[in-house]
Amino acid sequence: MDLFLHQVLAGVATGSIYACLALAIVMIYQTINHLNFAQGEMAMFSTFIAWQLMQWGAPYWIAFAGAAAFSFVAGIAIERALFRPIHNAPVLSHVVVFIALFAILNSLAGFIWDYNVKSFPTPFGSRPLFGNGLMSSHDAGMMGATLAMLALLYVFFRHTRIGLAMRAAAANPQSARLSGIRVGWMIALGWGMAAAIGAVAGVMIAPVVFLDPNMMNSILVYGFAGAVVGGLTSPGGAVLGGFAVGVIENLAGTFIPYVGRELKLTIALFIIVVVLTVKPSGLFGRTVVTRV
Amino acid sequence: MAAMLLETAGLCAFYGATQVLFGLDLKVNEGGVTTLLGANGAGKTTTLRAVSGMVHTTGDIRFRGQSLAGRATEDIVRLGIAHVPQGRGTFVSQTVEENLKIGAMSRRDRAGISADIERAYGYFPRLKERRKQQAGTLSGGEQQMLALARALMLRPKLMLLDEPSFGLAPLIVGDLFAILRTLNRAENVSMLLVEQNASLALDLADRAYLIETGQLVTAGAAHDLRNDENVRRAYLGY
Repeated sequence: MDLFLHQVLAGVATGSIYACLALAIVMIYQTINHLNFAQGEMAMFSTFIAWQLMQWGAPYWIAFAGAAAFSFVAGIAIERALFRPIHNAPVLSHVVVFIALFAILNSLAGFIWDYNVKSFPTPFGSRPLFGNGLMSSHDAGMMGATLAMLALLYVFFRHTRIGLAMRAAAANPQSARLSGIRVGWMIALGWGMAAAIGAVAGVMIAPVVFLDPNMMNSILVYGFAGAVVGGLTSPGGAVLGGFAVGVIENLAGTFIPYVGRELKLTIALFIIVVVLTVKPSGLFGRTVVTRV
Repeated sequence: MAAMLLETAGLCAFYGATQVLFGLDLKVNEGGVTTLLGANGAGKTTTLRAVSGMVHTTGDIRFRGQSLAGRATEDIVRLGIAHVPQGRGTFVSQTVEENLKIGAMSRRDRAGISADIERAYGYFPRLKERRKQQAGTLSGGEQQMLALARALMLRPKLMLLDEPSFGLAPLIVGDLFAILRTLNRAENVSMLLVEQNASLALDLADRAYLIETGQLVTAGAAHDLRNDENVRRAYLGY
């Protein structure tokens, strides 16, 4: 029973990271209808920024805020420079640009900071939390920080003017324009926020997976799995999906023989395939009906 | 002669390489209602879309003497031109009240916005009853009311109305046009109205244009067009 509870809690902790990435993916998907394959690399790059700031002597939380702010601006810049010019282009053009962005960020990080695996500090310490080993203090802190951010985002989207404008721009861009909303800027803002969310996720998970240019590869797959489980049209669903994937991954790794550590990633892909087969719109998603 | 609120000269519009409007000269008087009549596919909706910058155009469009050419839709809207599109443009997963707040997104005066939401509820009490309801669950007539109410939140000088009676029961259409008349007469909102129900449209309008395949056929005062032989036979049915 203890083992079970332990694994569930650990799953929720890593699930909070998947939830952040799933949310970032869904936020961009809702505005431009494409999956951002470079979301993980953007988060990785942001994490390196935080690391670099700390190397230069910045205290942890300053580096954390600096990386998030940098990512916000960089996300907007990426949208303006790369995706705005091709917003009417076919799907494949988008896929190519996403892959290019992925490759560029990955090699740029390798070029600047090399491919050696680096350790990354945690502000929460790594002692067992309650002395009984149920959860490490970093896991608890990571969970707390991401949950706080998700709560803030919820309040932002539900109760602020700009949040409402962003929802309107995503839901019905043409009608939003007719209400005087600057839809282009709302999309850019969405990119900035998605990038900043990714930065928080990257900085939080880096002490666990260690810092290197490929650190986010498998985490992005889990993020995609979370987004698909919850439904790409539902931000709340994506967050729940991320948590669910974290817990399932951990429990399967522990209790299903042979899965262990090596086959864990397979679970994420297995979940994606099952959900897409059984309920393509995800657990909380809407089926989008298009008139032809 | 009354001052012109909206004036187009030689207005042409294109969907890709296809030209849809061929040199329209249209006018909306300050405080007036202009209606566009014409068969399906004549270019009425495109004319409205041209004014709000949603299609590629050539020629001149002036609003209060200011050229609208090359401006983005959201900037044209912010000048005080509210476009109520066909299909109503409802934000289906937002509540009725959120829809109204979205309509006021170009304004910053909190108190004025709340007052205008109440004013919109005054015109459409049904919307007040359903203020917390998801807008997608409203009936067609209620969604049309919501579209009008949302447009009013802009405090527009000019409303572009695309088939406001489309798909509505006759009784509701009557109510709707009574409200349009009030908005025009009491609040001095000018309108460019596209409407299948030519009789209703001509009652409300002071100017009317008959368009066929993107070209003007007849232009004049609304009561003159009402007595025009062609218009009567084709659009009024007597």
